[in-house]
Amino acid sequence: MSLLNEFRFIRPETTAQAVTALAGSTDTRVLCGGTDLLPNLRRGLVSPGALVDVSRLESLQQISWEDDRLTLGAAITLEELANEPRLNRHFPALVKAILSVAGPSHRAAASLGGNLCQDTRCIFYNQSDWWRRSNDYCLKYRGELCHVMPKGDRCYATYHGDIAPVLMALGAQIDIIGPGGSRRLPLDGLYQENGSHHLSLEPGELVSTIILPRHVQWHSGYEKVRVRDAIDFPLAGVAAALRREGDTLAQLRLVVTGTNSIPIRVDLSQLEGGTWSDEAAEEMAKAIRKAVNVLKTTVTGPKYRRRVVMAMAKRLVSQLWQQAA
Amino acid sequence: MKKQLISLRVNGRDREDAVADNMLLVDYLRDQLGLTGTKQGCDGGECGACTVLVDGRPRLACCTLVQSVDGCSVETVESLSHNGRLSALQQAFHEKLGTQCGFCTPGMLMASEALLRQNPDPDVDAIKGALAGNLCRCTGYVKIIESVQSAATNREIAP
Ligand SMILES: Cc1cc2nc3c(=O)[nH]c(=O)nc-3n(C[C@H](O)[C@H](O)[C@H](O)COP(=O)(O)OP(=O)(O)OC[C@H]3O[C@@H](n4cnc5c(N)ncnc54)[C@H](O)[C@@H]3O)c2cc1C
Ligand code: SF4
Ligand code: FES
Ligand code: FES
Repeated sequence: MSLLNEFRFIRPETTAQAVTALAGSTDTRVLCGGTDLLPNLRRGLVSPGALVDVSRLESLQQISWEDDRLTLGAAITLEELANEPRLNRHFPALVKAILSVAGPSHRAAASLGGNLCQDTRCIFYNQSDWWRRSNDYCLKYRGELCHVMPKGDRCYATYHGDIAPVLMALGAQIDIIGPGGSRRLPLDGLYQENGSHHLSLEPGELVSTIILPRHVQWHSGYEKVRVRDAIDFPLAGVAAALRREGDTLAQLRLVVTGTNSIPIRVDLSQLEGGTWSDEAAEEMAKAIRKAVNVLKTTVTGPKYRRRVVMAMAKRLVSQLWQQAA
Repeated sequence: MKKQLISLRVNGRDREDAVADNMLLVDYLRDQLGLTGTKQGCDGGECGACTVLVDGRPRLACCTLVQSVDGCSVETVESLSHNGRLSALQQAFHEKLGTQCGFCTPGMLMASEALLRQNPDPDVDAIKGALAGNLCRCTGYVKIIESVQSAATNREIAP
């Protein structure tokens, strides 16, 4: 029979009801597609008192195209997004990232908001309860020590979402609703560098919408490496967006996933105004090396992941630079 | 634990059932309804053995609360055969050796069924994409892909 601890299942009719239910108690969690939360529940990694199912809230299902922006509800499924023909035309990098998330039977349920808010991951964490118990658990949940950084004072579990880096490279903002009303912030602001508290959401808050600016002159792309190409989280992934003016690299944004507890933005402003060259690529690699913090949180060692991020970034930016010519 | 009443359709029959809030769809199907065709092959989300259709789309019954399919139509592998006769897809898995130990087969069938309803003539890449979340320890996948291809051809001949 069911392996899950007991909890209450709440299906609110409105987002206001959802917020009230969430704000009522600190051990109440949002449930959307469940493809991240339910495996974690099964492994005893969370034990909420109640789940608030937001997957059918109509206000979180909207897609709206305006001249200068695209607004997406947080509960839209990845399958629906991938089937939206205009999305592929205007944001091919986003669709590529979406289609690289899990498998089709996950994507039929998985939501955009759930993807952004998915838990961080670690080889010492995404394990069964008996496995973790025999290892004295760990700092992220129930334990005292981090097995990755035994001398560290925080959890270094890594963020492995595929979609956030692309949205960040595209300059996305999000709306968060909660007991205090609604606030809008750059997607970057959702994340904080702490593997056991990687989201900046306050109690009672949820992500309601994602807002993407529509600028035609940008070229963007996404690359990931994984153990199994058919289906897997990224060991590391790189999203880039650039604007080229003649031989000048006018703007370049780069965001890396799978290396830190957040999707990490690499500051490359020093390259803007120059041109794209081997030297620029080397400088970018240096900046990436400084920004990422790859530790032993995945089955593949840190050295490989650090090097593959730099290689992917060089290849991707070179491609985009060519495309933009 | 308190139970709540849900109404849903399972394999074409409307039902009402009292279920616990924390019950997974896979446990509801297997333990409450006795539909043991749907398999549980991993501790959550990794293998696809539990794939069923919810409103026609493939979903993992082990990562789905039964409460969240209230009002939906659920189809399991038991719905494929009619009056004891295998469907064209099942027949193809049988003839092309797409099934060996058989544990992954219900999930493979339901994921393929979802594909063929949407795309009756899939190429190999489309089949691989549709089955990306379904693991098989026996066949090496080649025979599974051939089975789906063969079923697609047969569907076209005999509707
Ligand atoms: C085998 C397997 C492979 C996977 N591969 C990938 C992969 O390659 N790339 C990838 O990115 N993901 C992958 N995933 C993870 C997961 O499937 C996706 O991240 C999915 O998009 C999660 O969405 P969901 O709606 O199912 O989230 P849920 O499981 O419903 O929720 C995930 C988390 O987000 C919170 N949440 C959900 N919605 C909101 C909201 N609107 N506001 C605030 N909090 C919210 C929940 O409380 C929960 O903590 C994989 C999962 C499995 C099981
Ligand atoms: S990084 Fe350390 S504390 Fe965090 S999940 Fe891994 S072992 Fe646990
Ligand atoms: S039992 Fe559902 S994916 Fe393995
Ligand atoms: S036939 Fe044995 S697992 Fe696929």
